[in-house]
Amino acid sequence: MLAHIGQKVAQTFAVLLIVSFASFALLKLAPGDPVVLMLGSEFSQETYDDMRAQLGLDQPFLAQYVQWLGDFVTGHWGTSYVGRADIYTYVVHEALPVTLTLTAASIFLALLIGVPLGVISAVRKDGVLDTVVAAGALTLTAFPSFFLGILLIWFLAVRFGLFPVMGFVPPWQDFAAGMWHLALPALTLSTFFIGMIVRVTRAAMIEVMEQPYIASARARGEPQWRVVWVHGMRNIMMPLVTTVGLQLGGILQGAVLTETVFSLPGLGQMLTNAVLGREYVLVQAGVMLTALMFIFVNLLVDLSYPFLDPRLRTR
Amino acid sequence: MNDILLDVRDLTLDRGEKRILDRVSLTLAKGETLALVGESGAGKSTIAIALMGLLGRSATTSGTARFDDQPDLLSLSERGWAALRGRKLAMVFQDAGAALNPSFTVGRQLASVLRRQLGLSKFEARSRAVALMESVGINDAEGRMTAYPHQLSGGMQQRVMVAIALACNPDLLFADEPTSALDVTIQAQIIRLILEQTRARGASCIFVLHDLALASQSCDRIVVLYAGQVMEAGPTEVVLRDPRHPYTRLLQSCVIEIGTEDLTPPEGSVPPYDQMPAGCRFSTRCPRADARCAAERPPLQPVAGRDLACWHPEDAA
Repeated sequence: MLAHIGQKVAQTFAVLLIVSFASFALLKLAPGDPVVLMLGSEFSQETYDDMRAQLGLDQPFLAQYVQWLGDFVTGHWGTSYVGRADIYTYVVHEALPVTLTLTAASIFLALLIGVPLGVISAVRKDGVLDTVVAAGALTLTAFPSFFLGILLIWFLAVRFGLFPVMGFVPPWQDFAAGMWHLALPALTLSTFFIGMIVRVTRAAMIEVMEQPYIASARARGEPQWRVVWVHGMRNIMMPLVTTVGLQLGGILQGAVLTETVFSLPGLGQMLTNAVLGREYVLVQAGVMLTALMFIFVNLLVDLSYPFLDPRLRTR
Repeated sequence: MNDILLDVRDLTLDRGEKRILDRVSLTLAKGETLALVGESGAGKSTIAIALMGLLGRSATTSGTARFDDQPDLLSLSERGWAALRGRKLAMVFQDAGAALNPSFTVGRQLASVLRRQLGLSKFEARSRAVALMESVGINDAEGRMTAYPHQLSGGMQQRVMVAIALACNPDLLFADEPTSALDVTIQAQIIRLILEQTRARGASCIFVLHDLALASQSCDRIVVLYAGQVMEAGPTEVVLRDPRHPYTRLLQSCVIEIGTEDLTPPEGSVPPYDQMPAGCRFSTRCPRADARCAAERPPLQPVAGRDLACWHPEDAA
């Protein structure tokens, strides 16, 4: 068991190293000279060289990478050229909490809506409700979430004034106001995910319901609700958790759009601005952080399997 | 002893166009053991599943099944079933490894039946569960309570299954090929266990078997099925010592000839369910069949101490 955990963690580190190298290399290859960008239109060759040396851009590629990685690990993420702010403080203390809150709320919402719908749909397989849910799930998956976001803003926020149009209030400071501000963005971001959760839950539950242990549970007099929600539910946890882990990438991607639509000061909005402003360092920090979250969650998913399925709890 | 516990009349089951069971009738006295035998696909398990109310919605049934004081099992609501299953009717499944929930410990699965059905407290249910596990021959029952099904051998899994099925002292136990997933050496032990345990409780038992030898050793009465029709039924001794139906003869001869215990007659095969003759379904393979057999179903009638459905029965052996 411990060896298994150690192996998974080691794998994760290898992946992180590759991701960090790729994100570093990719931005090095991107067109545009950050020194020129910083200095503006008029400058001497001397000023240019000084700036280049100051930024460490005259070093060999690998040395730059090692330097950057060391700085990254120790939290020295540099200062934003444009904003002149400390990137670590800005990203980790300001942008990250917003994105984490939004993402967590969306996943929670998607599970809260998607799992029951998927289960009911599986139990009433081929019924009217199942057909409606299946069609709805497919529509939600195919529907661009930013468009839905704009629709939601238009109807619920602008026309009826039920929700705020934009902005973020940290729920840990004012929970009610935080949730109120979060409702529309979280709903928008979760739509794609709800469809996915419904379909995975439905498929897994249909398969589980055909297993002999379900008939056997019925045969010993278990009522229908226990057959479904205890005997069935316990056995669809693995595909469900796997889906959440794998789809996190999609959610983070969706967060970029959602944050832009709703003007939430999160990682997504930060990344968009950084790319537009060609702020390499900021982009790298954002990419690394997103990758870190994705990889970390999937490590957790991997490590959760033995808890979800006793058959994997060997040795 | 001669009180009728279960009386099934003309049980017919359709799945779409296919008639899986065709007017199956059988009776079972209190404390009696009955064997349903036939080739695979003869509808033996389907009878058990129908009488446990576990058919899916794709099946439609007709006929009646009187059980104890229930006028008709086949017209019960889901709520009515829930009151019977586990308490009065129970079932041991073919492959215990697949019929136990992989995500819960066997102790929890056993104790939950006791708690829900008998209203025992957590503590009482646990100690009763340990006692039950011991009674079905599980060593170190205390320690095995926290085992997951996959951590037990096939024989142990089936013993747990038997313990769960008999936890609430049901009146009728279905044992659906309880040993087909097990090693030959363990098969006899499990059959003996089921017989002992049901007898000790005065319960009746319906075995679904494809093994004539096992049936002859363990059951009071036998029902021979072919493609969803009853061919011959009666006391095991009478039927197997002197079979009068050509199909029963064929079954027996192939056991003797091939020397295996697998009931698959050498020549011919069961026609597809949507191409069955209107009369006796065995007529397509029967050496004694004529035009009447294919067209007209022979009624199940008492002949020489058993019930027989045949226009041209064999002579006494």
